[in-house]
Amino acid sequence: MVVTALECVLALLVLAPLAIALGASARASIIVYGASLLLTLALAIIALLVLLGHGPAAAVTLPLGLPWLGAHFRIDALSAFFLLVINLGGAAASLFALGYGRHEEEPARILPFYPAYLAGMNIVLLAADAFSFLVAWEVMSLTSWALVIAHHREPENLRAGFVYLLMAGFGTLMLLLTFGLLAGGSGAYDFDTIRAAHPSTGIAALVLILALLGAGSKAGLVPLHAWLPLAHPAAPSHVSALMSGVMTKVAVYGFIRIVFDLVGAPAWWWSMPVLALGAASAVMGVLYALMQRDLKRVLAYSTIENIGIVFVALGLALAFKAHAMEAAAALAFTAALLHVFNHSLFKNLLFCGAGAVLAATGERDLEKLGGLIHRMPQTAFVVLIGATAISALPPLNGFVSEWLTFQAILLSPQLPSWGLKLMVPAVGALLALSAALAAACFVRVFGIAFLGRPRSDAAVAAHETDSNSLAAMYALAALCFVAGILPGLFIDGLAPVTQMVVGHPMPAQGSIEWLSIVPIAESRSSYNGLLVFVFMTVSGVLGAFAIHRLASDKIRRGPAWGCGYPDAGPRTQYSADSFAQPIRRVFGTLIFSARETGEMPPPGSTAPARLTVTLRDPVWDALYAPIAAFVAFAAERLNLLQFLTIRRYLSLVFGALVLLLLVLAIWP
Amino acid sequence: MAVIADFAFQGAQMLLVLLLAPLLTGFVRKVKARLMRRQGPSLLQPYRDLIRLLRKDVVLADNASWLFRAIPYLIFAATWVAASLVPTFRSGLMFSWTADLIAIIALLGSARFFLALAGMDVGTAFGGIGSSREVMIASLAEPAMLMIVFAIALIAGSTQLSTMAAFMNSPEVGLRVSLGLGLIALVIVAIAENARIPVDNPATHLELTMVHEAMVLEYSGRHLALIELSAMLKLLLYVSLIACLFAPWGIGGADANAGLLLLGVGAYAAKLAAGGFLLAVFETSIAKMRVFRVPEFLGAALMLALLATLLRFVSRSF
Repeated sequence: MVVTALECVLALLVLAPLAIALGASARASIIVYGASLLLTLALAIIALLVLLGHGPAAAVTLPLGLPWLGAHFRIDALSAFFLLVINLGGAAASLFALGYGRHEEEPARILPFYPAYLAGMNIVLLAADAFSFLVAWEVMSLTSWALVIAHHREPENLRAGFVYLLMAGFGTLMLLLTFGLLAGGSGAYDFDTIRAAHPSTGIAALVLILALLGAGSKAGLVPLHAWLPLAHPAAPSHVSALMSGVMTKVAVYGFIRIVFDLVGAPAWWWSMPVLALGAASAVMGVLYALMQRDLKRVLAYSTIENIGIVFVALGLALAFKAHAMEAAAALAFTAALLHVFNHSLFKNLLFCGAGAVLAATGERDLEKLGGLIHRMPQTAFVVLIGATAISALPPLNGFVSEWLTFQAILLSPQLPSWGLKLMVPAVGALLALSAALAAACFVRVFGIAFLGRPRSDAAVAAHETDSNSLAAMYALAALCFVAGILPGLFIDGLAPVTQMVVGHPMPAQGSIEWLSIVPIAESRSSYNGLLVFVFMTVSGVLGAFAIHRLASDKIRRGPAWGCGYPDAGPRTQYSADSFAQPIRRVFGTLIFSARETGEMPPPGSTAPARLTVTLRDPVWDALYAPIAAFVAFAAERLNLLQFLTIRRYLSLVFGALVLLLLVLAIWP
Repeated sequence: MAVIADFAFQGAQMLLVLLLAPLLTGFVRKVKARLMRRQGPSLLQPYRDLIRLLRKDVVLADNASWLFRAIPYLIFAATWVAASLVPTFRSGLMFSWTADLIAIIALLGSARFFLALAGMDVGTAFGGIGSSREVMIASLAEPAMLMIVFAIALIAGSTQLSTMAAFMNSPEVGLRVSLGLGLIALVIVAIAENARIPVDNPATHLELTMVHEAMVLEYSGRHLALIELSAMLKLLLYVSLIACLFAPWGIGGADANAGLLLLGVGAYAAKLAAGGFLLAVFETSIAKMRVFRVPEFLGAALMLALLATLLRFVSRSF
């Protein structure tokens, strides 16, 4: 199995130079995306077979990499699950790109990096030693960076690329230090040896912090998220879908692999930073999203929110695991994994939808869209499914994972530690807040972009997207729906992963009557997506049937009611900014120090009145701006070193040497 | 045989809530009118209104999409299902395990999601103002509601409404601080969610003060009838929910005989009447708030509910 998987990855890597050779022809894009589609599908099938226990979880060692180490690869349940998530996302994005790629102006800047990027993510999941892991992580970062700056003529994208490169470097450095600490002095970098060695408490705590910084920066946890909303929208839409829907999952995998698998038994307080960062990300992410006007940036910020939810569930799993509450740990961990899976589906779908809108109108600014449901009815339909799913509304899949997370929170009063007892209710409240705000956010996105009347000529001239793109979106929407109404089957599929990572699976759900899900006991809580869906359909159809029998069937068309004012222009509609105004006023004044200043012209003047809104990013102000200022300050000072005389240089070197020798002499 | 009886009870529950919902709304209107020393319309007026709306043609705005026409059915379906899952006269109904209280709240969330979308479909300023305010109110009311659920679920050891009602009916529940806080918060949330005074005024058509009515301004005919019926169902749902959680007396168990069931129906009717009366008294004795006072009102509910949950986390006896 693992050999076949590696062959598929190798084929993806071979596609990259092939794409260069093929150049910028239309055929090249079909070959590259078509081959990527087939290869990712193959990888997804391999992962599914391993996850369902049909394939041996074999390991191979190849004579690559460090001379004394070799390159270790293996597929276990954890990596199989993430392989499935990544390759399903990859397949959907490739299928979407088969159509979307035709709109690309400079395909030669994207085609070589796209399969290499997919390969990089796959190798991260297959790697079973720190060296291969880090190399693949770096390949993933660099190829995605190249894709971010594919449209390099827009200065915004270059800035996004710069910030991304900095943060990716920071993240890799943190992971490098993590693995350095894990390997200890012996330098045994393969995962089996690391797992067998149990680091001391202090080292383990340091590893947790470093892993949180390293994987968290790639996943987009607040406050390490600054690069994400810049970089994700800058890339072409199918790559945005991969970065937001899939690459963040690789980061989650890295975190789980290090903290749950490699380090050993967790201490109870480990869950606290994870919970705090997760809850902060969930609320801040969605609040940022509500303030944005750029469609793809809204989606990028919403990824931060969803990653926050995943980390909250992971934090709960850590807390339960540390207190040996295995059933609860399995529940929380399953919630995290299910949300990872769900988010990869609907975020991919929504980014594809944004890509379709972008291709049809050339606009990402919500204020210039509107009325697209009339011109792109199919895209509107699938995006509506995605928006409902991501807002955690039943009977779609987003609700199931949030429901499981809430059930896990309801088990946490049994945790013995007081710190957690005080913290978890607040985290639960923040999670509930983020769920409600997410619904507000996606009402706004869908309502402004697809409903109402067109706000620009581009939106008037929009047309439905091509069939390949639609096929990809329909497939993702169908998966969202199936995962929502049959969650029990998906939970059962996750059992091997939970078994492996927390040592206890959730109770089997597949055999429960009517395909309900029951996390602990039926008297405690249960949910049945299928029946809710059937119920809703039956009552809706009954209602419709009764009404159409009883009621008048006539429909007249007329102008909308405008308080007697005829022909109100489309600009009198509520805009994205005005829609967010009440929420901005309630939450934004505190968090973003939002200020609104109205400017009224004097009586008699014909100048327009203006309302100016200013928002400040608290994280940028408090964290990044001081660091940037410090770096600039230090660079200014250190610049003097560039103009020393040769004698001074020599004495500097001499002094440094003496100091180093002194340190060595004193070192115990 | 047992299955048929189970189906019958579930069906009876669905019909009961559907038939009683307009009556409750009519009752509240009547009591309000009497309190204002007016005669008020007949109790049956809401039924007449619904039937009259059904007979009228639908006037659709030129710009309305297919979604605008589908949404009334979606809202009605979600609200009706949610209302049928709250125990009224008998607990342990056939499909009561389909969705727990969290899922019921999420079902109402779905209804609101689509209603807010409907407000934005035609592309007028009124719909947008209603939707925008609705999601602002919901962004505070929904977390408050979830925290109330947490607090009560932690006492009852379940989010399953039948189990919760059974626990609240048992002597071991006692008087608890967190339950009191939860009740106050739940009443505030129920008022906000049902667009009642002081948050919103169900009778107003003055654009700047309304939320719910602004969203549905473009609806007419059978679509409007469905949306009005859903709003009535939602009011009934919240009254039943408060009754089921805080006054579960008289709800028959799964093994109740005919006499107990009759008692259950009677008790339910009495609880609805009491709830409707209290709502009418409250509404006539308070003035509507400015929109931006509402967050403070709901923030109080959120804080109370959070406090109730926190008390449950730190101690078993509160």
